[in-house]
Amino acid sequence: MTSAAAIPRVAFIPNWWARAAWLVFVVYLVFAAARLEFTFARFLVGMDHGAKFVSRLFPPDLTKLDLLARGMGESLQIAVLASVLGVLITLPLSLAGARNLMPAWVTWPSRAIMVLCRSFHPMIVAILFVKAVGFGALAGILALTVASIGFLGKLFTEAIEEISLKQVEAVRATGASFLSVVIFAVVPQVMSRFVGFIAYETDANLRNSTMVGIVGAGGIGGTLFAAFQRFDYDFVCTIVLTIIVLIMIGEVLTMRIKRIFNA
Amino acid sequence: MPTSEEAGAGITLRRLVKEYVPGKPVLRGIDLAIAGRGITAIIGPSGTGKSTLIRCINRLVPPTSGEILFEGRDLAQLQGSALREARRTIGMVFQEYNLVERLTVMENVLSGRLGYMSPFAAWLRRFERADVDRAFELLDIIGLGSFAHVRADSLSGGQRQRVGIARAVMQRPRLLLADEPTSSLDPKTSVEIMTLMRDLSGASGFPVIVNIHNVDLARRFADRIVGMTGGKVVFDGPPADLRDDMLKTIYGGEDWIG
Repeated sequence: MTSAAAIPRVAFIPNWWARAAWLVFVVYLVFAAARLEFTFARFLVGMDHGAKFVSRLFPPDLTKLDLLARGMGESLQIAVLASVLGVLITLPLSLAGARNLMPAWVTWPSRAIMVLCRSFHPMIVAILFVKAVGFGALAGILALTVASIGFLGKLFTEAIEEISLKQVEAVRATGASFLSVVIFAVVPQVMSRFVGFIAYETDANLRNSTMVGIVGAGGIGGTLFAAFQRFDYDFVCTIVLTIIVLIMIGEVLTMRIKRIFNA
Repeated sequence: MPTSEEAGAGITLRRLVKEYVPGKPVLRGIDLAIAGRGITAIIGPSGTGKSTLIRCINRLVPPTSGEILFEGRDLAQLQGSALREARRTIGMVFQEYNLVERLTVMENVLSGRLGYMSPFAAWLRRFERADVDRAFELLDIIGLGSFAHVRADSLSGGQRQRVGIARAVMQRPRLLLADEPTSSLDPKTSVEIMTLMRDLSGASGFPVIVNIHNVDLARRFADRIVGMTGGKVVFDGPPADLRDDMLKTIYGGEDWIG
């Protein structure tokens, strides 16, 4: 044994790198706020504009309901199709990306795809797809599918990496093939969490599908943007209220679904 | 002392070495021949490589060098489907039971058949009728006949381990490995678990290799005891030959021997 007395006994070793990082972070916060004139005076000026805008929203315009219904219907379809496609692609991809089950040469490409899908905001991806495949719902579906892969991929992969390997080991010891091990030892452990993630992503897709129309990728967003441009603030109000109702219905539905699968 | 006189039915380890970190062997060349019947208990202090030894046999841990001869094949060399076919004939019981918590007792027991079926059939839970009947029969034997559709995470420790044994026996194994099967259980349940393994082993005629901390249990149930220390076999013989001076060699110290 080396002489223990020679080494100073410190209960907690100070991490100077962490402290320095915190300091840099605080300095950056102050810098960013100063740079953007993030001040209370500027906020008050903005409030004044806001009051005028809000007063013009009411009463909501109920004369263009057919336009509203068509746009909302398309948004809903975009959201559902993108979610299903996203889940179907993400399931095998996330399995390939789980570092506790796969060797590095499999996980790296899979993770690279997921990071790539997550690098851009869905709106930017939507612009890319509008340029690539033209105006309309197809661009919206593809954009939100990419967004779903990026997000679900990360959540699925992490869920798979947190499972108990003891259960996996036991099933592997029975001589089961890899897919059987996945079906009998991995899926039961992650199923309820996956359902939660899918519900969450569908919710996000629903919200985003009302947005992608702004760049021409289909759905209610196009109608909303046009109403803004024409200063039809009363119709904007109708659209916004409808979106809120749709999101709330989605919330209730996903809660129900989660409860069924968590039993 | 049993030797390889029943060669072919049992399992033979030759110069088995395992290094998790290169240059630091956990198993330092194990030579062991285990007969085709009876219970062999491996005793020894924690960290001496007992679990590693057992896990090398069904290749949950890949051995660094050496041979594992079982039914005419060297398990150490097997890969892919050949390895899975060997694994399905070797049952394993774990210290912490390792049941798939969110599956039912029945699904856990039937998972012993996964090595014999396609993933698609596994996904749809399409087990053969004979396997399902055998599973119910085993559940009755272990006294959990009415628990078939209960989820595994609602069972007690002793019940879980009995399901773990049923899962292993469901494989119709030609060798059963047990890694500290009683360490997480109370003394009475431990005896019940050992009795169950002995009875099932006798009824179906497969040998059992069991890692065990409890020397009294080893003496009571094993036909042969292997003592390990520092990654080497230092004792090998019938329980009657295991005297206190031998235990001192295996575990070191003597104050603990009552």
